[in-house]
Formats: sequence, C-alpha cells, structure tokens
Amino acid sequence: MRTPEGPSFVDYLARERPDLLPAREPTPAPEGVRHATTIAALAYDGGVVMAGDRRATIGNVIASRHMEKVFSADRYSVVGIAGSAGIGLDLVRLFQVELEHYEKIEGELLSLDGKANRLAAMIRANLGRAMQGMSVVPLFAGYDPRQRTGRIFSFDITGGRFEEIEHHTIGSGAVYARGALKKLWRPGLDAAAAIRVAMEALYDAADDDSATGGPDLVRHLWPVLYRVDADGALRIPDAELAGVAREIVAERSTEAREA
Amino acid sequence: MSAQFYVSPEQLMKDRADFARKGIARGRSVIVASCRDGIALIAENPSRTLRKIGEIYDRIAFAAVGKYNEFESLRQAGVRYADTRGYSYDREDVTGRGLASVYAQSLGAVFTADTKPFEVELAVAEVGDDPAADQLYRVNFDGSISDESGVVVMGGDAQALATALDAAWGSRHLAGTPFDEVIRTAAAALPQAAGSPEAGTLDADLFEVAVLDRAPADPRATRRTFRRYGKDEVLRTLGGKDGA
Repeated sequence: MRTPEGPSFVDYLARERPDLLPAREPTPAPEGVRHATTIAALAYDGGVVMAGDRRATIGNVIASRHMEKVFSADRYSVVGIAGSAGIGLDLVRLFQVELEHYEKIEGELLSLDGKANRLAAMIRANLGRAMQGMSVVPLFAGYDPRQRTGRIFSFDITGGRFEEIEHHTIGSGAVYARGALKKLWRPGLDAAAAIRVAMEALYDAADDDSATGGPDLVRHLWPVLYRVDADGALRIPDAELAGVAREIVAERSTEAREA
Repeated sequence: MSAQFYVSPEQLMKDRADFARKGIARGRSVIVASCRDGIALIAENPSRTLRKIGEIYDRIAFAAVGKYNEFESLRQAGVRYADTRGYSYDREDVTGRGLASVYAQSLGAVFTADTKPFEVELAVAEVGDDPAADQLYRVNFDGSISDESGVVVMGGDAQALATALDAAWGSRHLAGTPFDEVIRTAAAALPQAAGSPEAGTLDADLFEVAVLDRAPADPRATRRTFRRYGKDEVLRTLGGKDGA
C-alpha cells in the first residue's frame, strides 16, 4: 500500500484517482439543470445559524420541493449551496470528506479559517465551468473555538473568500432575505430568536422570489436549519421549525397586510 | 564480488518471521474487546500524541502494536482507502472486512518481497448493530488474517496477557457488559497496571482508550461512532468502582 503524503483528500484524489474528482473542464451549460436558491446565515450570541429553503428549479418549473441545501460540513461548521445543484452537491460531499480526512490523518481539527480556505480552493477549481454558467457559490459558517464566536464566509466563483459580519445571504432570493435580516438582526440575539429571524428572512425571500420555496403547510415541508455553537452543529428538528413557521404565517395572516 | 550462500526458502521465511515476532513482542500491548455498548480499544501507551489506536471510518477503528512509523503509515493508508471508497461508492460500502483484507495483502507483499518485513500486528474493528454483529480482525506481519470473536490481544507477551485477562474476566458475559467495566478490567490486566503508584489504582497517563459507540447518546453525533477518551474520561472510567 503506497502512502502519499499530505492530509488533503482532494490533493490525494487529484494525484491517484483524478477520475473521481468533479469534472473541471469548461463545458457549455446544458439545459434542464437544477438550480438551488436561497440560503441565509446569521451570527448570534455564542454561535451561528444557517437556513436554506427546499426548492430547486429548472427554468420556470419547480424541479423539487424536498431539496436540502444546507449541510453540516463537520462537527463545528455548516455549508449551504446556491447555483447549479448537481455541482454544488458534489462540492459539499467532497468538502465533507476533505475535512474528515484531514481530521483523521492529522488527529486534530482544521482551524475555521483553514476550512474556509480549503473550500475557496475547491471553488477556484470549478472556475472553468462557472465561466460557462455552471457556477456554484457556497456560504460557509461555523463556530470558531479560538474566538468563541460564530463566523460566516462567502465566496465568489474565482475562489475569493470574504468574511461577513453579522449576517449574509446568497442565491436568487438573497436580496429579499437580506432586507429582512437588516431589519430584524440585532446584536446579542439568542439561539431561539436567531432561528426565528432566519425563518422570517426565508419567508420574505419566498414571498418575492419565485425560485425560493416558502414553508409548505400542505406538505409539511420546512426549511433546513442548522445551529452551530461551542458544542457543535445541530440540525433543528422539523417539529420546532413547524412551530416557528406556523407562528410567522399566523401573525402575518392576522395583520392581513401587503407583507 | 562476494559469492552468495544458498539459503533455503523455509529458512528465509523462518528468519523473517522470527525477526518480526521479536520486534512485536518488544512493544507494549493492546486489547480490543466487543461488548454491550460497542467496541472498546485499550492500549498501554504513555504518549499523548503518538497514538496506537485510530479512527478509520464511520464504524471502523484501527489498533496496532510494533514499530510506530510502520503502523502509522498503514493507518494513514487505511484512512485513504476508506475515504476514497466511501466517496466513490457510498459510506455504507466501506467495510472492516474489505479494509482488513487490503492490509493483509500489503503486509503479505512486504513480508515476501521487501528487504525487511513490517514489525507490526494490526486489529481492525467494525461495530455492528448488536454485539453478535461486531467484527474483529487480526492481521499479522506476514499478511495472515483471522477473524476473532469477542477479544483481540496483541503485542508484548500476548499469550500471558490473554490468560491474565481470561482470569480477570471470570464468568462475566462480555456481550452484556458496559464500556466502563470492560475498560477497567482490560486496563488492570495490562502489565503496565503493575507500575501504577499505588496498588489497586490505575494511572490514567499510562493508557490510551477509545471506543466505537454502538448507539451514541449525543444528538449532535454524526455517523462517526469513534470516540477517543480524554484524560479526564480515562481517569473517571478507571477510578470508578467495579460494576458502577
């Protein structure tokens, strides 16, 4: 058994099994590709929350109502995707293995900045396809044990890495979600309040962006929402999200105003 | 030019095997035991950083005795094998049996072809849904592989240790025993326990402990069942009363 050096799984694949890596050559964007839509993340006192709606679209058609776009990357971080769904899911899967691989080989966790840098490098590798319209730009967030806070990182297709303060949104409904966050986010939010703010932001995105799905009271579908604090990433159970979503819908119905 | 003396293949293999066996017997011991809560791995290891026990995959762990550089390279190769396989197929498709047989093949190839055989002995453990589904494999320096039930004892005077462990274990039923009791009994049977400052107590610094947890209680737990005990946890486990 040969033992190549280095703790990076991506580098290992590039060397030994390049066939397993996502294709990197620029190819014209085919039609009928699924797109994932809105992701919102916000920091709160002692952690960070990330939420994503469940809709995927192909052009004007709803391709899926069940899609999950926010994932735990490892125990202390989460990643959400917007853009070409297939490429995004591949990227997340590879990123998850990359972090776990490093942890197992080295016996310790990567720093949060180290994780963000690895993700940036992986996005840069997809630049050729992004230029053809098959872009994917994730949103990354996690708990930083050194600074004892939640931190959020956004990226562009060239692999640029930008740390965001307070909150950030990506995807087709990002503008509307961002508007909601600007009004609702306050310093010192607790976890429950942060979850409520994230749900409101997604509701507003779904209200104005046809590619973003709102809470589906008929099918009982709620956003995917993760909370990350000093103890790690926790997916908030559907029952809890259903309660929050019903509250939001009830309050807004009572007021019966134009949003 | 020096003439080469003829050495019969039997003698050559015997010499290599003796060489490897001596190296392994010089090292400290490791015990791997399948019990009610999962699989416990206990090693005599005073080092905090140079580990003998490692995580390979969701339900698979690795333990080794012998030369550190040799088994560490095998551990890393195992992680690469498992991650590559899980990434290209699915996480479910990574099995302890597959990993153990890859180890057996590479150790076998080194034993016959390389200038020096590896002085290591490995255990590959995979936790199942119940104790009967647990899998333990022992892989030897020459690539011979065996699947064991219940307990694997390796390194040092393994024969004597296995006897001591049997005696300490008595008539208790391994499949019904919790982690704490198994770890305590195993640690007490290891020869280093005799070196503890006071009789009847165990020095937590001398042991490396990890488990594959069959049913993790932590709601944040991922698919990964491997958990390494910190110093405090080892201390707590070893300090408790029997049956506590």
